[in-house]
Amino acid sequence: MSTAVRQSAEAAQVATVLVVPGMHCAGCMAKVERALAALDGVSGARVNLTARQVRVDHDPALGIPALVEALQGVGFASQPRGEELAPPPSAVKPLLPPLAVAGFACMNVMLLSVSIWSGADGATKELFHWLSAAIGVPAIAYAGMPFFRSAWGALKQRTTNMDVPISIGVTLATALSLYETMNQGEDAWFDGTLMLLLFLLAGRVLDAMMRDRARAGVDALLRQAAPGAMVVAKDGGLEWLASADLVPGMVMRLAAGERLAADGEVVSGASRFDQSLLTGESAPVHAAPGDPVLAGTLNLENPVDVRVTAAGAGTTLAEIARLMEASGQVRSAYVRIADRASRLYAPAVHSLAALTFAGWMLAGAGLHQSLVYAIAVLIITCPCALGLAVPVAQVVACSALMKRGVMVKDGAALERIADVDRALLDKTGTLTLGRPLPDPATIASLPDDAAAVALALASHSRHPLSRALVETLVARGVKAAALSQVEEEAGHGVSGLWQGRKVQLRRPEMANGIATTLDIAGQPAWLLPFADRLRPNANDALAQLHKLGIEVSILSGDNAAAVADVARETGLTGQGNASPRAKQEAIARLQGAGHKVLMAGDGLNDGPALSAANASIAPGSASDVGRQAADLVFLGDSLEAIPMAVRAARRTMRVVKQNFVMAIGYNLLAVPLAMAGYVTPLIAALAMSTSSLLVIGNSLRLAGAAK
Amino acid sequence: MTGLAVLIPVALGLGLFGLVAFFWALKRGQFEDLDGAAARILIDDEDEVP
Repeated sequence: MSTAVRQSAEAAQVATVLVVPGMHCAGCMAKVERALAALDGVSGARVNLTARQVRVDHDPALGIPALVEALQGVGFASQPRGEELAPPPSAVKPLLPPLAVAGFACMNVMLLSVSIWSGADGATKELFHWLSAAIGVPAIAYAGMPFFRSAWGALKQRTTNMDVPISIGVTLATALSLYETMNQGEDAWFDGTLMLLLFLLAGRVLDAMMRDRARAGVDALLRQAAPGAMVVAKDGGLEWLASADLVPGMVMRLAAGERLAADGEVVSGASRFDQSLLTGESAPVHAAPGDPVLAGTLNLENPVDVRVTAAGAGTTLAEIARLMEASGQVRSAYVRIADRASRLYAPAVHSLAALTFAGWMLAGAGLHQSLVYAIAVLIITCPCALGLAVPVAQVVACSALMKRGVMVKDGAALERIADVDRALLDKTGTLTLGRPLPDPATIASLPDDAAAVALALASHSRHPLSRALVETLVARGVKAAALSQVEEEAGHGVSGLWQGRKVQLRRPEMANGIATTLDIAGQPAWLLPFADRLRPNANDALAQLHKLGIEVSILSGDNAAAVADVARETGLTGQGNASPRAKQEAIARLQGAGHKVLMAGDGLNDGPALSAANASIAPGSASDVGRQAADLVFLGDSLEAIPMAVRAARRTMRVVKQNFVMAIGYNLLAVPLAMAGYVTPLIAALAMSTSSLLVIGNSLRLAGAAK
Repeated sequence: MTGLAVLIPVALGLGLFGLVAFFWALKRGQFEDLDGAAARILIDDEDEVP
């Protein structure tokens, strides 16, 4: 309430939406809201935890950087939300009003129906039928819209889907009930029809909710990485520009540890670039003035100035995007299991109803009576539990997976990943962590005081190697030593005084690969080699995949020697030097041989392969393209997420199939009754709700599916 | 029968009231952030936020 008052009082406020991916609990919400509200000029801050965003109403004079800094101060990274990345419209919202109407109408009509079943007769019964019709007909017309629309769309394309038999059943049942009501008939079916709509809408809402939730999670990650660059203006000032606003000719200043937002050419400074996201190449590439550098690569060492040569559609990225657009037919051709079931189901149901009608006509029951029986068959076979069979199981499995850090983009992904029998893994960033970590053996051999000095020095630098060193040492429980006169010299290292002795963490004179040197005056120098390591539990995860009957191999863009190293460590076969197109072709070959392929990758170069594969998974640390193309995204470092997801998907499919058997089994029992003309609205209502409850109960067993 | 004449409109009216309340809440954005609403109750001293 107070926000409204505040807004009218201070009309000159602007609203900014910041994405804060790190929020996940009440404590985080309170911290974020308080940190922002404490700023001068901020009149209100409201967190939306589902979307991982905070909306700030503030004075226009207070800039976005000040807000970001305030959040940084309480330990949350944030990013203003880009306009082009505005959240996609929710899939749940349009379904909520029909669900509410169906629920309201169903309850009230059921109340009236119970009185009829328990013996209301004559004028009372007639009144109750009319009341039911008055509530039921408009409610059915409104709540049935999502189904009618989808069925009409399918019919126009000359195909059929689950919604066609639903729409026909609902329309016929309503028309028959209305006719019966007007002619003081025996039974009206408004209750059953409404209950059917209620259950089906509940299934749809669950399905949409799952997609919304996963999308919100993935969107938060994507927006976090919304790239841009610090641009040097003509007068020497610096200005932050989003990558969409970069044009060729601008000069970007790139600090160590930043990613390039556009293709360019180094103007001044020299550094090494990590191209692993773009090409899969793990060894850093040296770039001096005049050398080209590519968007998406990471600056490892020194600040450099880069002149933009291509931005937006002109970059190497755009080429990859074009390849991705061309792929993905396998996925769009995939037919979801519910639709496959309904393709078999709909004709069977409609011929049964037709058969009933013909049979009773031949037996001389008369037009009206035959029609009543035929429609009873349609109602009793309407796929009520069938509509819940798939979404409930998938929602339960997905939330179980989400709790374990695996985000599933939609239910179809879960169906596809259950089928895979072949997996291709990218090397850099997928099998390995994709970032250099200090050699564990060397770290373990460091004396305590040397480790404490190393931690103290490294904590003064933002260089990627220093940060990796800090992370490793802190994880080992090392406490930083007290230093004085700490100085960082860009491109060279950090130095300081420790107990009166000069100490230094610097780049080594010479080393194979990446390393740093720790100097403590009066002691021999320590060389700390860094290397990209296999993800924790990588070999366990691969063994589990093997046990699941999935053959795994490596498909990498890195050079053959680097691939051979990892292949030896993991015991897999591998292919190196694969370009994005070659990766895509490798997948197409396997698919041609009848395999269902799972692709796991993180880089931009994996994007086309990720969208061409039958199912795909990417680590949360992946590039935007990788995360967008993948069906599943796993957070955390462990590769065990992959076998876990496959196992959960397979269990889900087993439960879905059991659900189908239950739902159809009830029809097998009820259909002969309906054909014989013994089904009353009471029996239909009972059968419908018990089969739905059975299906829901069975699906809930999946709560522990992600193990 | 007279009982019915009172009770049925009352039952329908109450149901309709619930439906209208739901639509009102939906329009006011009460369903925008279900996770946040669930967590917000745990912030014990929210009143301190100006």
